[in-house]
Amino acid sequence: MLDKIGIAKRIAKEVQDGYYVNLGIGIPTLVANYVRDDIEVEFQSENGVLGMGPFPFEGEEDADIINAGKQTITTLPGASFFDSAMSFSMIRGQHVHLTILGAMEVAENGDIANWKIPGKMVKGMGGAMDLVASAENIIVAMMHTNRAGESKLLKRCSLPLTGVGCVKKIVTNLAVIEVTDKGFKLLERAPGVSVEEIVKATEGQLTIDGDIPEMTI
Amino acid sequence: MINKKVNSVKEATEGISDNMTFMLGGFGLSGIPENAIKALVDSNIKELTCISNNAGVDDFGLGLLLKKRQIKKMVSSYVGENDEFERQMLSGELDVELIPQGTLAERCRAAQAGFPAIFTPAGYGTEVAEGKEVREFDGKMYVLEHAFKADFAFVKAWKGDDAGNLIFKGTARNFNPVMCGAATITVAEVEELVPAGTLDPNQIHIPGIFVQRIFQGKDYEKRIEQRTVRVRE
Repeated sequence: MLDKIGIAKRIAKEVQDGYYVNLGIGIPTLVANYVRDDIEVEFQSENGVLGMGPFPFEGEEDADIINAGKQTITTLPGASFFDSAMSFSMIRGQHVHLTILGAMEVAENGDIANWKIPGKMVKGMGGAMDLVASAENIIVAMMHTNRAGESKLLKRCSLPLTGVGCVKKIVTNLAVIEVTDKGFKLLERAPGVSVEEIVKATEGQLTIDGDIPEMTI
Repeated sequence: MINKKVNSVKEATEGISDNMTFMLGGFGLSGIPENAIKALVDSNIKELTCISNNAGVDDFGLGLLLKKRQIKKMVSSYVGENDEFERQMLSGELDVELIPQGTLAERCRAAQAGFPAIFTPAGYGTEVAEGKEVREFDGKMYVLEHAFKADFAFVKAWKGDDAGNLIFKGTARNFNPVMCGAATITVAEVEELVPAGTLDPNQIHIPGIFVQRIFQGKDYEKRIEQRTVRVRE
């Protein structure tokens, strides 16, 4: 079974040379730390920066240079700043190659819910609805089950949707799963996790085709 | 040169009144019009509708207006960092319209650019699209979203000149440029106001035509919301 860092490491393998990538808050943010260093990748943050770098050294924080999580950041050579409309032009116009974000629920048809729990304080969707409605390639990083042990990979989402039919791949603590027109398809098992455990933790339709390899991270 | 310079925030905010709709630039606390917000707080005007990506924190930014209950309605994409906001929202005192961030930006830009509405894929199939016109283009579904209408836009830039030309810095740019010219009156405050002719026309982000009033801001706090650093090795 993977921890959050393991999930981030496995997703980092999906990032290819020449990609512009948008990372959501939480596990997705960690992905930047594990991308191979022999490829060129630029990270976009929807508040208006492309070519995001690591956190600044203490004393070098700049209130005018932050990411979408409102954290102080730095920029790398080749970076650029732009306004919010241009930022979402990059996203909606499918110039960003890969979006990695967290989710509360994903359905077997690719629907995603990650912004609202009825009855709880709703903070808003931020840029999530724009991202999921537009990105060609969306990978969800999340735990396979919630704190109550219930599956987060469902036949139908129970929470209010963020987007419809948009998720392509899911990396959880248990598995790598592809979303196909026939529902979820198991691609890889996390180290030490059996197919049976994954089946048990998945509510939606799950296709298992032949031997399922254990993932390498 | 058409002079847009005014000498004080008081002069810059002349004409504000109860029940108006304002656009306010900024992402989190970065690039917010600190001087204009203080002036709005001091003015005691109320029943305001504020279009702003976020709603500040309890003791800074739009949180200051919320604390004095001057805001009737917020139109934002994310409002997570403010206890007073949460209290007013849950008690029903404050009306909140949450919309996708890119839609917020584009509804501002549509107003700036003279488009009555735009089609966006964001929110299709979700509660955000409920009651709205949807249309299919090339096999994909889009939602019709209308341009905002606002009385004032309050924006903050890094540098500006008397002609109203603006240059922004870093990610403090965010929603500020798309709100310029998107309201009846755009008020820009800047960290450094210089005479026209000083800034290189090649470097201007927003031409002065989109700005009605510009003033030299003062006492910028530029508060950092999440101070994240790394250790020197």
